[in-house]
Amino acid sequence: MFYRETGQFKSKYKEELAAFPLFEDKIGIGILLLLAYVAIPLFGIPGLSYEFTLSAIMIPVVIFTITTLGLNILLGFAGQISLGTGAFMGVGAYSCYKLMTIFPDLNILICVILSGLVTAFVGMLFGLPSLRIKGFYLMVATLAAQFFLEWAFIRIPWLYNYNNSGGIEGPNKEMFGIIISGPQSEATTRYFVCLTFLVLLTWLASNVIRGRIGRSWMMIRDMDIAAELIGVRPLTAKLSAFAFSSFYVGISGALMVFFWLGAAEVESFDINHSFTYLFMVIIGGLGSITGCYMGAILVWVIPVLIKEIGKTSFGYDAFVMENLSIILLGFMIVVILIVEPHGLARLWQIAKQKLRMWPFPY
Amino acid sequence: MKKFLISALISFGTLLSTVGLSFADELLVPHYTYRVGPFAANGTAVANGYTDYFLMLNERDGGIGGVLTNPEECETGYKAQVGVECYESYRGKNPLIVYPNSTGITLQVLQKAPEDQVPILTMGYGLSAAAKGETFPWAFNYPASYWSQMTSVLSYIDSETGLKGKKIAFLFLDVGYGREPIPVLDELGPKMGFEHMLVPVAVKEMQNQSSHWLTIRKEKPDWVIMWGWGAMNSTAIKEAAKTRYPLDRFIGNWWSGAHVDTEALGMKAKGYKSATFTGTGTDYPAIQDMINLVVKPGKSKTTMDEVGKVLYNRAAVGAVVVAEAIHEAQKATGKKNVTGADVRKGLEMIKLDDARIAELGLTGLFAPIIGSCADHEGKGAVTIQQWDGKDWGPITKPIPPMEDVVGPMLTKAAADYIADKPGWKSQKCN
Repeated sequence: MFYRETGQFKSKYKEELAAFPLFEDKIGIGILLLLAYVAIPLFGIPGLSYEFTLSAIMIPVVIFTITTLGLNILLGFAGQISLGTGAFMGVGAYSCYKLMTIFPDLNILICVILSGLVTAFVGMLFGLPSLRIKGFYLMVATLAAQFFLEWAFIRIPWLYNYNNSGGIEGPNKEMFGIIISGPQSEATTRYFVCLTFLVLLTWLASNVIRGRIGRSWMMIRDMDIAAELIGVRPLTAKLSAFAFSSFYVGISGALMVFFWLGAAEVESFDINHSFTYLFMVIIGGLGSITGCYMGAILVWVIPVLIKEIGKTSFGYDAFVMENLSIILLGFMIVVILIVEPHGLARLWQIAKQKLRMWPFPY
Repeated sequence: MKKFLISALISFGTLLSTVGLSFADELLVPHYTYRVGPFAANGTAVANGYTDYFLMLNERDGGIGGVLTNPEECETGYKAQVGVECYESYRGKNPLIVYPNSTGITLQVLQKAPEDQVPILTMGYGLSAAAKGETFPWAFNYPASYWSQMTSVLSYIDSETGLKGKKIAFLFLDVGYGREPIPVLDELGPKMGFEHMLVPVAVKEMQNQSSHWLTIRKEKPDWVIMWGWGAMNSTAIKEAAKTRYPLDRFIGNWWSGAHVDTEALGMKAKGYKSATFTGTGTDYPAIQDMINLVVKPGKSKTTMDEVGKVLYNRAAVGAVVVAEAIHEAQKATGKKNVTGADVRKGLEMIKLDDARIAELGLTGLFAPIIGSCADHEGKGAVTIQQWDGKDWGPITKPIPPMEDVVGPMLTKAAADYIADKPGWKSQKCN
């Protein structure tokens, strides 16, 4: 009824190729942007305290969506499996920290983007084995990257400026006279920075994926030999996927430390986090940008809400809720994978399809 | 179906709307606990001791100054990142203290707490440099920093066998906590003429230390000092016994000497030593109150045999310091409902001398802690205790830290910490 394409005629190829060919989709995305940019910063989420909403729900969700986007590009679009996401986030965070301390006057946003480029380079380096091996073997190679980088974050004190604590922490950083990062910054400001990064990166990803490069990734994913015969060079396609993906992951790592946590040590980049990001991608849906959002929201928000509601409304003990949320999350993953192996994005697609036919499905 | 959905939505909505409510007229003294995860065995005792003391105050005195306390728990699993989430979840709820129970979490919130005007109390852990109250107005590490503790341990060793020409192995959990005292070894090694070797144990290898002890056996150090936690402690003691390392030359810090670490080993662990700043047992009137008013009526998660053990009692001492700071804050401001900023001043005014400790019914449980604006460490002293196969017992008098060594190091570390942080808020003490 509300969602159908009847009467929307395209007269140019450009219109047909647009990111949102349907008018309803444009309205939908507009409403979402309005919610994210205006409603939530103004009012928060009803029932939850404002600070909690922004710092414990919105900012991490936005950051993890960027991570998931990055991993999904590699895993969902290019078909190269990686278990090193956590460590690559660490590369972003540590390189941003180094850049910030070496060039204290450099704008932090430039540091974040540069750290994304550094991570892209490191990702390409560890992506080299993908030219020779695939599947499980590549997974093991990326696992090695994870362990090696974790080791480096502890054993190379230069990375954390020889701090006694072995951790990295962000000083206050200003832009246009407003403190946008560091302990004195407002959660709202940090949220806006992260959200803007997310919107721009999503826009970039959706265009790259629909373009020549993205198509070459998908060809490699679907059948590498056929792709090679058609004229796709596996070297550039695979390495560009690693670089592109790591760029996103690196940026999200830098954002995580300097716009959310404020400080971090190696534990924030360990293999468990890599698995969490993998869950986000799989639950959200491989090869779908909408899925990245859904996966990040589901995997992050549900446990936080369970814990908060259980604690404040029912008075359960914190550790009971912690265990419960771990159990529930695991249960949810299993159920979703049985019911819809293609993830939430697929469910959303089916729902949209049903809406188009409604009320006369065939 | 539709009705069901609507009613489900409504109930969920009302549920959500209750979440944001904060409780009026209570003193929120949250602590970050870890009853799950690899450190749960130690974390549970620590959490119980803290909670029970506040519950006891509620039962016996109706809270502090007539206002009930709420020792709310936030579960971290000893993960620094979750600790930050805990910290964020208390924003806007007027928490009076940040009590992280983890050095890793402490380091993460050290910069945030001043902005939110909440003091951080790290009882016997945390960043050593926080002892410098002028640089760190909002952080406190009573009764002694790790650096002070390390010097006390070293002076104990010096008094036992002398340090000159000796070789010391430093076995530590490879996280922020374990790495914290290394600068003291680097500083004192050349001065006192001993050699030290570092043996880091990663969290993953905590329960598999055979290779570490192989190294120790090969290097034959005269003493082994351990900064361990959780399952690492009992594993290390077991391995030490297995490799026939003399256990009376093996000395843990005060987080490596609890009943939970040695009880399972029993006589095998006999002779193992550790530092401590609290006594064991239940022969203190306040601990008796905790038993009678909280533990026995079943208002706590503690079992009777846990009360009086090292970690439980130590956690209770932490709660005593928080309660005392609130008490001081109420006295100074004349308000009943104090704020985090008031409690910070209260922590600086803390004067737990022998008379006050006796008044609280805790004589002998811990040495006096006297705070001041400049000294956030409280001049605590370290006792060495030894496991006799059944129980822990002190074998020395309190050993004061080497202030002449630690003092300048702390000053330098504090200056280093703020060097790259423009706009850091220090305070002037007179």
